[in-house]
Amino acid sequence: MALKIIASQCTGCSACEPECPNVAISEKNGTFVIDPKKCTECIGHFDSPQCTAVCPVDDTCVIDTAYPRYQPRI
Amino acid sequence: MHALAGQDGASAGHVVDVGEVMQAIAEHKGCGTTGGSGKASCGSAAGQGDLPTEIWEKVKNHPCYSEEAHHHYARMHVAVAPACNIQCNYCNRKYDCANESRPGVVSEKLTPEQAAKKVLAVASTIPQMTVLGIAGPGDPLANPEKTFRTFDLIAKTAPDIKLCLSTNGLTLPDHVDTIAGFNVDHVTITINMVDPEIGAKIYPWVFWKHKRYTGVEGAKLLTDRQLLGLEMLTERGILCKVNSVMIPGINDKHLVEVNRAVKSRGAFLHNIMPLISAPEHGTVFGLTGQRGPTAQELKALQDSCEGEMNMMRHCRQCRADAVGLLGEDRSAEFTTDKIMAMEVKYDLDTRKAYQEKVEEERVAKVAAKQEELSTLAGAVSDIKLLVAVATRGSGLINEHFGHAKEFQVYELSTAGAKFVGHRRVDLYCQGGYGEEDSLETIIRAINDCHAVFVAKIGGCPKADLKAAGIDPVEDYAHEFIEKSAIAWFKAYLDRVNSGEIEHVARGDAEIRQGALTSAA
Repeated sequence: MALKIIASQCTGCSACEPECPNVAISEKNGTFVIDPKKCTECIGHFDSPQCTAVCPVDDTCVIDTAYPRYQPRI
Repeated sequence: MHALAGQDGASAGHVVDVGEVMQAIAEHKGCGTTGGSGKASCGSAAGQGDLPTEIWEKVKNHPCYSEEAHHHYARMHVAVAPACNIQCNYCNRKYDCANESRPGVVSEKLTPEQAAKKVLAVASTIPQMTVLGIAGPGDPLANPEKTFRTFDLIAKTAPDIKLCLSTNGLTLPDHVDTIAGFNVDHVTITINMVDPEIGAKIYPWVFWKHKRYTGVEGAKLLTDRQLLGLEMLTERGILCKVNSVMIPGINDKHLVEVNRAVKSRGAFLHNIMPLISAPEHGTVFGLTGQRGPTAQELKALQDSCEGEMNMMRHCRQCRADAVGLLGEDRSAEFTTDKIMAMEVKYDLDTRKAYQEKVEEERVAKVAAKQEELSTLAGAVSDIKLLVAVATRGSGLINEHFGHAKEFQVYELSTAGAKFVGHRRVDLYCQGGYGEEDSLETIIRAINDCHAVFVAKIGGCPKADLKAAGIDPVEDYAHEFIEKSAIAWFKAYLDRVNSGEIEHVARGDAEIRQGALTSAA
C-alpha cells in the first residue's frame, strides 16, 4: 500500500519531498503527490512515514486504502 | 515557519563587552533616538555613537538592525524557502492573502534563479534597497539547498547587497559554517521561550532527524538547538537578532528571562513583537481566542528589557516576500511575471551615488536634532508622553493624515525624542465583514498619544482628534521628526509650567490584528 496526499489540504510547502527515502514525492500543479508504486510507507527506513511526520497540516498525508499494505521483502 | 518570516528577525552581537555594545547599539539605533543621554554622539557618521566601527559598518545600512537606518534604507525578502521543520501555534501554513502583511505569508514561491533576478530588478528600481533576507515562508534552514543557492547567485551578481536570514534555529548549528562562508552578517533567530514547559504551549511539535517530537520533549530540543546556534554565531562575530512573539498569559513574563538568556549569549538586538492572532487566520491561537498584547503591555515589556539590551521597536512583522522600506510594501510591483519581463541593468555606481545622498540627509537630520536638543538642556520635568508622526520616510513629517498607513510613535521627555514603536492604521479586511470607520480606527491606534504630527490634515478629522484629546500638529510639515518633536515638547512644557494647560496622562491603545489591505 501507499500513502497519499490530500491535495485540497496540501499547502505546497515541499517539506515532504526531500524527506521521502524512496523519492516518491513530486510537485504537480502547485501541490505534492506520492507515486504509490514507489511508496513503502517508510517501512524498513524509519519508524514512521516521513511525509506524515513533517507535514504541517494534520491528516493530509494519509494511508491510501486503494492499495494493499506494503509488504517488505524479507 | 514563519518564525523566520515575521515573527522572526535577528542580528547578533559579539560576545565581547556585549552589554556595552548593546547599549551603544541601542543608542545608535538611533543615534539619535535616545538623544540627550550624551552617549550617542552621532557625529558625522550619522549615528555611530559608541559603536565599534566594525559593528557600525554592519548595521548602518540595515533597516532591521538600525532604527535610524530604517527611515532611509529598504529591504527585500525572497520566498525561496517554503518548507518548515517545526509547528507554531501562531502560524497557519495554509493561509495566503496578497493583501495581508504578516510573517509567513507570501503570494508566490520563487526558485533561487527567479529570486536572483528579482533582487537585481528591485535593486535597480529601489537604489536604497541594501538588504536581502530569506525568511521563509517556511524556515530557510529547513530548505538549505534553496537558501544557499540563492545567496550564492546574489553574492555573484550584486555583491554590495547584504545577505541575511531568519530562522527558528532548529537546524542552525548544522549550518553556521556555511552561513559564515557566505559572509552573512546578520542572522535572526525566533526564540519564544527558554523553558520547555512554556515551549510546549507554543510549539505542538518539531521534526528533527527523521522524527517528530511533541510537547516538552520537542520544545526542549528546540530551545537547546536555538541557544547553541546563537552561541556559535556570536563566536564567529555574526550579528544576531532575537525575535520573540509576546503571547499574553503564555510567555509574556517569561520573555524577560529569554532576554537575559540571549543577551548572555551575545545576541545584539532583541525584537519583542505582539502576537498576531485573528480568528480568520486559522492559527491555533486565533481559533482558541488567545489575545495579543495591548500597545501599553508591549511597550512595558520592551522597556523592562531595554536596560539589559537593545530593543528593536520598529519591526513591521513583514511578509516573507516584502519589498521596500519597512513601513511600506511594494511586493506587488515585483511579481514573477513582471520581473521576468523587466530588462535589468545593475548599476553599482548609480546605487552608490544615491546612497551617498541618503547619507547626507541622515547627517543633516541628526545635526538638526542635536541642535534642538541643546535647547532642552536645563529643562527639568518628569513628564514623559507619546506623540504619533505621519511619515513616508527620510525622517521627515511628510505624510498627509488621511494618507497615512501607519503612524510612528515617539516618546518625548527632557532626555529627547525616542522612537518607541509604530501603529498600523490601514483599512483592514475583516474576512468580508466590511470596513470600520477609518478615523475611529486611527484614534484607537494612537489613543495613548498626546499629539499627532502631520504634513496636512482636513478640518473634520482635526476636530474629531481634538475631541478625543489628541492634538493635531501641522506646524512642522516637511521638517525633521525628532527636531520638531523636541521643539513641540519644549513648548508643551512651557505651557504646563505657566499653568496654561494641565498635563494629563493618556490611556492605552490598540494593536491592530486584522489583515492588512492596500487601502487603494
